[in-house]
Amino acid sequence: MAAAARFFTRGAHSKLSLVAVGGGGGAHCSFGAALLNASPTCNSRTKTQRRHAAHFTFQPDPVPTQYGPTQKMNLFQSITSALDNTLAADPTAVIFGEDVAFGGVFRCTVGLRDKYGKDRVFNTPLCEQGIVGFGIGAAVAGATAIAEIQFADYIYPAFDQIVNEAAKYRYRSGNLFDCGNLTIRAPWGCVGHGSLYHSQSPEAFFAHCPGIKVVIPRSPVQAKGLLLSCIADQNPCIFFEPKILYRAAVEQVPMESYTIPLSQAEVLEEGSDVTLVAWGTQIHVLREVANMAQEKLGVSCEVIDLQTILPWDVDTVCKSVVKTGRLLISHEAPITGGFASEISSTVQEECFLNLEAPISRVCGYDTPFPHIFEPFYIPDKWKCFEAIKKMINF
Amino acid sequence: MAAVSGINKMYGVCLHAVRVTAGLRAARLLQHRAFRVGAVHQQQPFDSSLEKPQFPGASAEFIDNLEFIQPNVISGIPIYRVMDRQGNIINPSQDPQLSKETVLNFYQKMTLLNTMDRILYESQRQGRISFYMTNYGEEGTHIGSAAALDPNDIVFGQYREAGVLMYRGFPLDMFMAQCYANADDLGKGRQMPVHYGSKDLNFVTISSPLATQIPQAAGAAYAVKRENMNRAVICYFGEGAASEGDAHAGFNFSATLECPLIFFCRNNGYAISTPTNEQYRGDGIAARGPGYGMMSIRVDGNDVFAVYNATKEARRRAVAENQPFLIEAMTYRIGHHSTSDDSSAYRSVDEVNYWDKQDHPISRLRHYMTARSWWSEDDERSWRKQSRKMVMEAFEKAEKRLKPSPELLFTDVYQEMTPNLDKQRQSMWRHVQQYKEHYPLDLYDK
Repeated sequence: MAAAARFFTRGAHSKLSLVAVGGGGGAHCSFGAALLNASPTCNSRTKTQRRHAAHFTFQPDPVPTQYGPTQKMNLFQSITSALDNTLAADPTAVIFGEDVAFGGVFRCTVGLRDKYGKDRVFNTPLCEQGIVGFGIGAAVAGATAIAEIQFADYIYPAFDQIVNEAAKYRYRSGNLFDCGNLTIRAPWGCVGHGSLYHSQSPEAFFAHCPGIKVVIPRSPVQAKGLLLSCIADQNPCIFFEPKILYRAAVEQVPMESYTIPLSQAEVLEEGSDVTLVAWGTQIHVLREVANMAQEKLGVSCEVIDLQTILPWDVDTVCKSVVKTGRLLISHEAPITGGFASEISSTVQEECFLNLEAPISRVCGYDTPFPHIFEPFYIPDKWKCFEAIKKMINF
Repeated sequence: MAAVSGINKMYGVCLHAVRVTAGLRAARLLQHRAFRVGAVHQQQPFDSSLEKPQFPGASAEFIDNLEFIQPNVISGIPIYRVMDRQGNIINPSQDPQLSKETVLNFYQKMTLLNTMDRILYESQRQGRISFYMTNYGEEGTHIGSAAALDPNDIVFGQYREAGVLMYRGFPLDMFMAQCYANADDLGKGRQMPVHYGSKDLNFVTISSPLATQIPQAAGAAYAVKRENMNRAVICYFGEGAASEGDAHAGFNFSATLECPLIFFCRNNGYAISTPTNEQYRGDGIAARGPGYGMMSIRVDGNDVFAVYNATKEARRRAVAENQPFLIEAMTYRIGHHSTSDDSSAYRSVDEVNYWDKQDHPISRLRHYMTARSWWSEDDERSWRKQSRKMVMEAFEKAEKRLKPSPELLFTDVYQEMTPNLDKQRQSMWRHVQQYKEHYPLDLYDK
């Protein structure tokens, strides 16, 4: 908890943190620091100044033994490892986007340009529609194209290229052409201070687009295996990386290549009373909620990590709901039209007679992602806990 | 962050080393390219005692009088041509001196395209196909550029480049199959007419959204550059599509990433009903090239030799120097935008007639041919008869063919069939079996 809090207050290696340095004092800010220390209110931080601890505790998975020797890595390092493996094994692979050359604003591509060359790891101009369009073209011409969008919040200029082009390339050409070699990566989800434009979870926009795959990992081991699957997969994939986990999530991660299958949800904990479904960071919230439910309510929860949003694993979720009779789905993205609505709708079609209570969705409110109100906005463990209580007492 | 000296090393030394080992570039251009690419890092160390500007963002001198640069749209970038409107060579050194066989092939491809257009336009009017777009007046841009490329060069088009595909040998049967969306369509009946594609002929399948192909062409050219197999990419688009953000993206990416790519803009005067003076205020599309650091030229698109010469040289240099070239081919869209358009609503019949009668790529080439006694009235008559017969045969065959099986509604969404789609497919068939009298199953393959 303390470690997470420290991470949180220092902030990730984000666009915001870098920009915060600025101002007239030049690179070292000693003038600014001097002024601040001289202020009488500076020494003790008031209630309003203290920043909150993270809303979750990262829960590492047991060390995988089936993929060879492992090394301690955080999430961004596990991404680097996946990219390193890819560049080593596939001479056509190229990585590009804004600022990837020096290592990326989240350090996911550190060292790769030096190791593999500037024709393989390179910056592009600041233009998301160009990044994705370029990536599609490279993939069509046979290269393994790995495009980075700096924040998922900035993916929208590329929406036309993704939805109208990438997703439909194979279908519309009668399988003469495809861009299956394309993978788009983007940092995703809340980070404590990201506000409207550094916190978004846009998976629902893309879930409505047949032809692409959308994948979201919960941890370093998952991230590397799922990213390698996306890269290998012969369909264009969008891989969202929970940015709040880049440093906070640390695990023993296999150094060699390995893949984790797409479109296969994972049951993390078995249970008999309620099914809890989430993806990405929210899995760690739900794991804690499952413990709370057991301790305080004697309720046994089955926790499922969906992992792949599109195409999603309907069978695993339905099988679980048939067993438990209750379903709670949780995501940070706004509730209306969020992906929980798709899961809810399908499950009530398939499992109507098994349901003991209405399906519960604990999600962000239908507002833009706020800055100072983040603690009130997010679907935290108390909201999820309360939702379970209601379902049990229905 | 990587040390600045590290970056310098990469740009300065490594770039140069890569260029040398690639072994294709002229020495003079070698330095030139290295200089351009490493522009940020080739500057001398910062020295505020010098009067020269030190800014990383531009290489320029200071000026101390306030002057706005006036864009020159009255006398813009000149238009390169080889023949006058009567098909006479103006400057003999520019005559590509192609063989009679080649020139006759140009003429026959342009006229065959014209004939196919007339028949398919009419077939839409008669309700036989759902939609069509003609290429009237722009045949020269297609054939001239296609002839200047290698067959392995990848073509990204917009939708008015059927002549490129025809020149490369796409059979009439296949054009028709796509327009009729019948079971022979390589595209499996999924798209509207004129959305052609051919893997064998390296012609990427057309999509309706405009300009999306432009950054894609840059990506393909980059991949092709890395393969190092003497291939180029050409990307066609109209002057209207050039207003899209994707065009700006594609131009900028191709220049910064040094792609062997030809941008071929067909400036035909209209984007549906929007004339060029409502599309842009600058000097057309060619004038934008230098803004991206791109080599640019404007040509007479109705002069097939001018198009040929410019494309040929652009292709040679794009591959040799790994840089993009922008060709703006001035032409005129003689036909309507599509079968959904009646252009008399926004332009005069006189204007259209001028281009049809006085400055047409097909007649200009014909004059060139007849001046050399390569083509007579008899040749013309018998070719007209032959080409019409070829088109009609393909047409009748395409008409009779069944449509593809409705199974193909569900395939190729992903490389593999997903469980979800499989369920939907089965559900569709169950429904159609139950209500079969309401579905036109007899028109479709099983």
